[in-house]
Amino acid sequence: MPVSENRLIFANIDKPGYTIDIDCYLKHGGYVELKKALTIPGPDIVADVKLSGLRGRGGAGFSCGMKWSFIDPKRNTKPVYLICNADESEPGTFKDKQIIYKDPHQLLEGMAIACYANNVHLAYIYIRGEFVLGAKILEKAIAEAKAKNFLGKNILGSGYDLEIYIHRGAGAYICGEETGLIESLEGKRPYPRIKPPYFPAVLGLYMSPTIVNNVETLCNIKHIIAMGGAAYAKLGRPNNTGTRLLCVSGDVEKPGYYEFEVGAITLGELIYDVCGGIKGGRKLKAIIPGGSSAKVLKAGERYKIKHKKPDGTMEEKEIALEDVPIDFDTLAAVGSMAGSGGIIVMDETRDMVECLANIATFYAHESCGQCTPCREGSLWMKKITSRLSEGEGHAGDVGLLKTVADNIAGKTICAFGEACAWPVQSFVTKFRDEFDAHTAGDAAAPTPAQKLEAV
Amino acid sequence: MSTNRVVDPATQTIPPEQAYPVGSPDHDHLAPPLPVGFEEQADELISHYPVSKRSATLPLLHLWQETFGYISDDGIEWIGHKLGLQPINILELVTFYPMFRQHPAGKIQIRVCRTLSCAMAGSYDLCNHFRQKCGTTENEVHGLEISPDGKYSVEFVECIASCGTAPVIMINDDFHENVTIKRADELLEKYR
Repeated sequence: MPVSENRLIFANIDKPGYTIDIDCYLKHGGYVELKKALTIPGPDIVADVKLSGLRGRGGAGFSCGMKWSFIDPKRNTKPVYLICNADESEPGTFKDKQIIYKDPHQLLEGMAIACYANNVHLAYIYIRGEFVLGAKILEKAIAEAKAKNFLGKNILGSGYDLEIYIHRGAGAYICGEETGLIESLEGKRPYPRIKPPYFPAVLGLYMSPTIVNNVETLCNIKHIIAMGGAAYAKLGRPNNTGTRLLCVSGDVEKPGYYEFEVGAITLGELIYDVCGGIKGGRKLKAIIPGGSSAKVLKAGERYKIKHKKPDGTMEEKEIALEDVPIDFDTLAAVGSMAGSGGIIVMDETRDMVECLANIATFYAHESCGQCTPCREGSLWMKKITSRLSEGEGHAGDVGLLKTVADNIAGKTICAFGEACAWPVQSFVTKFRDEFDAHTAGDAAAPTPAQKLEAV
Repeated sequence: MSTNRVVDPATQTIPPEQAYPVGSPDHDHLAPPLPVGFEEQADELISHYPVSKRSATLPLLHLWQETFGYISDDGIEWIGHKLGLQPINILELVTFYPMFRQHPAGKIQIRVCRTLSCAMAGSYDLCNHFRQKCGTTENEVHGLEISPDGKYSVEFVECIASCGTAPVIMINDDFHENVTIKRADELLEKYR
């Protein structure tokens, strides 16, 4: 029995006749929640968001309410800034683009509520440079919202002022890391800052407290105001509340973007029932469940997870890959992560060495170069995976590859180190035989049914 | 040249007259013919950053590249002067961000996504097809291949966030999704 979508954020997207202009948005109940929010004291909204259990949708899955409450309005004397992270650049992820291109006012409304709740008067949307049209759409939307006094001075007579500006990036993946993003917004090279002391909530933009939230997270704020934090927390599962935008790409019949309650659907249901199964009736080989940095999951794997029974007691049960529900905690328990919601599916004909070489090339290109393990290691991982996939691997390459990856994770300023090491560690461990076959020289290397030419 | 420049720690900028004293040899050639309205646009962008003008570096670089096609040395100096920064503060961004270039691109710019989902959908073949069709294979500067007549440039770029409709390309500022070889030829006709 297929699980049906529960579209909150995507409720209007792709509806026939739904347009991006403000009149259409207002006709569909737009800015009602902003009006409502402006009558509630800011700290109460923060408390409600905390109650909702909303976790960040950018990749780390950190509690949004917690992030907000790090800024103590009583002790803080500096202005607070909010930045919407619209740098969407994790391979496999394309959800924020749909919101920006098809429902920009929803983002502005969510953002305005978040800004009001945290007493922010100046906010930026950091949008990736390639979304040229997206930036124009948002600029137009901001102008429309200002004309109707949903932004600007004395919003709807509440006495609250807010300016939102668009800031375009220029094609660098590292700007998705929140402190790299802040450096970039300050006009510097986006080298991530070391934490501590540079937690954005304390020393963020211009050394002031700063909140950085993903596009999807901010849209959720609107729906939390609409239904109340307690009702929102009933969606999904405990500690994994709300809905989640899932982006499916790779070898499935119907790739695309979907919205489900968190944990309501399993990987198997998503791939076979929603996405029409593996392309060409082939068999599943592997799934990357949360953007290319997430550790790969192999078909046929079984996982032991702790499960809470209805009576509250815990039981341990074993589940197959297809039965893994898509939520933060279960994906972490099976050794990967929900990450950015970008699910990449690979079928049986894929050569995993080539796929990894492709991913390693991405990270080698995108490392900012600040920390030695990542700058040097990501290039070495590219070189080794590339020569392996071309059948020119050296004896000992597979072990070397693993050693390089092990020496990056945990040894860098930002999480990019883990992001580039995790795929290498997981691919090599889980598909060791394929890597070994590539090392043995051209003769023994298997000829994949689909040559990717990925390097 | 002034010896003790005072840098404001909050904004990390120095007053423009100190960054580039008017009348200094550096300043004299700082006047590329700017189109009407360019400076006003620049000022408007700078006004978005009331706390620190330095934040306007990226927007001004975009503005310069959109206007002139690439970031010239003049552009770097002009932006530096405008924001009270040293030219190196601008150059270090130009060399960091993949989207900025220090040489002209083709009139029609083609960017093909290289990353996993697109690669699995055939973007390597697609990129090679564009390279051959546009005759850019022989002429490569920093990853950007330009046809000899300067009409086309082809670039193999990293993930551009449309993985569900792979392979994805951009022609100038427009996204095109599910691009087959046949569709690629149609698009080349359209953008001719």
